[in-house]
Amino acid sequence: MYVYDEHDRQMAAERVAQFRDQTERALAGELAEDEFLPLRLQNGLYVQRLAPMLRICVPYGMMRSDQLRRLARITRDYDKGYAHFTTRQNVQLNWPALEDVPDILAELAEVEMHANQTSGNCIRNTTTDQFSGVQSDEIADPRPYCEIIRQWSTFHPEFAFLPRKFKVAVNASEHTDRAAIQVHDIGLQMVRNEAGELGFRVHVGGGLGRTPMVGPVIREFLPEMDLLTYLEAVLRVYNRYGRRDNKFKARIKILVKALTPEGFAEKVEAEWQHIKDSPTRLTPEAVQRIQAYFTEPDYANLDNATDLLASQRFEHREFDQWLTHNVDTHKKPGYAIVSLTMKKTGTPPGDVSDKQLEQIAELADEFSFGEIRVTHQQNVVLADVRQDRLLELWQAITPMGFGTANLNTLTDVICCPGGDYCALANAKSIPVAEAIQRQFDDLDYLYDLGNIDLNISGCMNACGHHHVGNIGVLGVDKKGQEFYQISLGGSSHHDASIGKILGPSFARDEMPQVISKIIDVYVDKRTEEETFLDTYRRVGIDPFKERVYA
Amino acid sequence: MPNVISQDGSIREDNWVVVPRPAEGESLDIPADQPALIPADLWLAGYEHFTGRQDIGVWFDSHDEPEILEGHVNELPVIAVNFPKFSDGRGYSIGRLLRERFGYVNELRAIGDVLLDQLQFMKRCGFDAYVLRADKDITKAQKCLNFFSQGYQAATDTDVPLFRRRAS
Ligand code: HEM
Ligand code: SF4
Repeated sequence: MYVYDEHDRQMAAERVAQFRDQTERALAGELAEDEFLPLRLQNGLYVQRLAPMLRICVPYGMMRSDQLRRLARITRDYDKGYAHFTTRQNVQLNWPALEDVPDILAELAEVEMHANQTSGNCIRNTTTDQFSGVQSDEIADPRPYCEIIRQWSTFHPEFAFLPRKFKVAVNASEHTDRAAIQVHDIGLQMVRNEAGELGFRVHVGGGLGRTPMVGPVIREFLPEMDLLTYLEAVLRVYNRYGRRDNKFKARIKILVKALTPEGFAEKVEAEWQHIKDSPTRLTPEAVQRIQAYFTEPDYANLDNATDLLASQRFEHREFDQWLTHNVDTHKKPGYAIVSLTMKKTGTPPGDVSDKQLEQIAELADEFSFGEIRVTHQQNVVLADVRQDRLLELWQAITPMGFGTANLNTLTDVICCPGGDYCALANAKSIPVAEAIQRQFDDLDYLYDLGNIDLNISGCMNACGHHHVGNIGVLGVDKKGQEFYQISLGGSSHHDASIGKILGPSFARDEMPQVISKIIDVYVDKRTEEETFLDTYRRVGIDPFKERVYA
Repeated sequence: MPNVISQDGSIREDNWVVVPRPAEGESLDIPADQPALIPADLWLAGYEHFTGRQDIGVWFDSHDEPEILEGHVNELPVIAVNFPKFSDGRGYSIGRLLRERFGYVNELRAIGDVLLDQLQFMKRCGFDAYVLRADKDITKAQKCLNFFSQGYQAATDTDVPLFRRRAS
């Protein structure tokens, strides 16, 4: 994992001092509300329904156990003893006091953490696949490139006041996309060209929110060393020509659409020609230097524990289920990737207490070289667990509530905070997630249904990614009543697509029944090997409509 | 008479006047006895008349294209860029283009909704003179220009990004 050097440390400390000064001036009335707003947003500080909310950056989802322990302490000392994992791999505190925020930032800086650019109209945290570096089908480890982008985008003087927020995601696996890159402002897919050289396929202009779009490819192959100059060209074109007259039309996706992807690409190429050989061009040494932080941990030389696991599976049926669903193949023999699910029915998706943060830190130290990854599905990954210790780990996490064996199933819901916390909400989202989890509490039935992404947002802002859920739920306001609109067929993976609206919306208490009917249609129509999405794509939306509105 | 902040945070007075864009059919109202900044496209339109004058500079609005002055920038003693609203970040790109692409070497001045917390970005994007909005405390400018002792990226102020400094 990346470790700060004296430069990073100095800038982090200077940033804390700066924000302290800004906060003091705001509290003293020297900064008007609208002047302080972007300054605090660039430090992840929203003011919400109940209190400020502080979004803490977890660069590309990676954290060490000491950082988790510090977070736990912060939630205890400054908040109500819990935190929330977000869909962009970050962590949120829901109740800090404004005047405490500089102290919180100082405590974070001590463990190489910060809240820079986690909100506001600037370049946000770069996200990636939570299985980076440990899966066997990746082109290269994407995390060094994420770190390179993090450094380039941090306090970038030209791009601090963009028309709108800007999110970059990197994916390196050939077969899966766990980072939803095609619904980001810039999505970078690592590829090799015919000569075997490393580079990126560049998608620009994806995004959710009010006008959901899948980002078109604007460059098929960007050589590795040209990464930053090309990003700078894209950002400059966007900064200069993105719309600023209407907040709802200000995302880069609108500009790409207006110019057409080809027209946009031409403008970027023209800009890039001027700067492609500037000093911002990466050097092999610079890349290697960052890569050196992401070397393999000290793996033991092991064989796969196939026989042992088989007999343990045989003895413990629930362990067997967990192994099948929450544990993935590691590139190294004898190791496994474990997802801890934060989706126990009755707990808001992604919520963790201070105790649980400390438990996760313990688990990381004991089982996975002291590191964890946060996933955009709001779960936590232990990436380097020895296979011969999986049973022990499973026994440890079950009482902690991290062992629900529902990864990627219908009840592994992505859900925004919604009306319980968020001032912009049209409707609550957490109770809907819970009602659906209660309706589908039979694990065997869930397994039979296979992978289904169910995503819930409390309003059009789409924090819960409802457009790209196989089943998406959106809170809408109908004459002051909370209603829910359903869309089907979305995907955030390599086959990214935006879901289609099913029809008129439903009251909250109807939701579990409606979801059941949708699932019934799938069960009736599917062929043996089809997932929900496959069946939907084959039969279309009509059979679902007929059943639900019968 | 505006107070102008320099890059080092020191403050000086000067008497450059920003001449607004005249309404359709009207002509430029250039004061007789003071140096003036006029809209860049109008300077170009009256090129024969204005070029070489040390008392005439230009200003760009945030949606203007600095490309129109390519090849002429160093004929101007001052170029100003207007920030109509502090949250409009286009001026930063204009600053970098004028300096890094068109090689402008004379004074680059930030005008308009110029607040304290944006000075650090302006400085890195090539601005070396700032006319702070009148209600802001000009004595805090120096501090706000110097919160950071270095940056990660190359910009106008340095063409050595941190990754190159680390390597050496
Ligand atoms: C509780 C207070 C929150 C507020 C007020 C809030 C507000 C917003 C707003 C206004 C947008 C839309 C921005 C746009 O259209 O460009 C947005 C987008 C987003 N939010 Fe939140 N949010 C909150 C919490 C969260 C949480 C807890 C998560 C993670 C679970 C989250 C994840 C996201 C994501 C991923 C997007 C991006 C969707 C896109 O690509 O357009 N938000 N949020
Ligand atoms: S989707 Fe809407 S309701 Fe949910 S957190 Fe985002 S802004 Fe709030």
